[in-house]
Amino acid sequence: MENLTTQMAGVPLNHYIYLCAIIFTIGVIGVLTRRNAIVIFMSVELMLNAVNLLLTAFSVHSNDPSGQVFVFFIMALAAAEVAVGLAIIVMVYRNTKSIDINVLNRLKW
Amino acid sequence: MSTQVFYFVATLSIIFSLMVIFAKNPIHSVLYLILTFFTFTVHYVLLNAQFLAVVNFIVYMGAIMVLFLFVLMLLNLNKETEPVKSPLIKIVGVIAGCCLVVTLVGSFKAATITSPLILKNPGLGLVENLGKELFGPFLLPFELSSLLLLAAMVGAVLLSKRDEVEV
Repeated sequence: MENLTTQMAGVPLNHYIYLCAIIFTIGVIGVLTRRNAIVIFMSVELMLNAVNLLLTAFSVHSNDPSGQVFVFFIMALAAAEVAVGLAIIVMVYRNTKSIDINVLNRLKW
Repeated sequence: MSTQVFYFVATLSIIFSLMVIFAKNPIHSVLYLILTFFTFTVHYVLLNAQFLAVVNFIVYMGAIMVLFLFVLMLLNLNKETEPVKSPLIKIVGVIAGCCLVVTLVGSFKAATITSPLILKNPGLGLVENLGKELFGPFLLPFELSSLLLLAAMVGAVLLSKRDEVEV
């Protein structure tokens, strides 16, 4: 383990930034193009994970454990968000027999 | 050889996350999401953030994924019930996403940090170090997050309970 992580020193920080930007964008595309509410939730999870990875990379870069503590809090928040969100989806399905988000367009008005 | 591990795993995470949003069947989306989270766990191990790797493994791949799969099975969703968006919206969404990634990469090019990632303190991501941080300066947020989880639990139970009065 020690060997592996000391060898990892070669990866530049901006490659982590590019990776996280790409995965965040994939999450955004998922939210924009899908109509299934659960897949939209998964795309939100992807975005949260991209941010988590970037926070960890910067935390290692600047040798500051605070970044990793933030990641821990984001994970707790994601767990709470998923529990409440899926409960809402189950309730919507029970009332409308569908999880198509276009059924909910009356929420706009 | 060592940096190639990073590029290999990074390619895998991009491919799997693309599969998540382009898979037709929601069950396949969940399974690809599990693989994506696994590659993220590998990234955390490579960054020597071992505590986060374990937490990511347990919370995301364990709890959240079981929740997603459970809801999908409960609602009995499959390819036939999958709502389809018009191709126009799909194309516009993908173009908007490409614009976003071009903007992000362009702005990061201006403020480029090409210095390689060096682990100055090998014990940075270990439980001992994070525990001291978590129970020192971050004690209040840590306790508040327990309140958040309690509120989420009560809310989830309340929301998914069937309304007895209307029936």
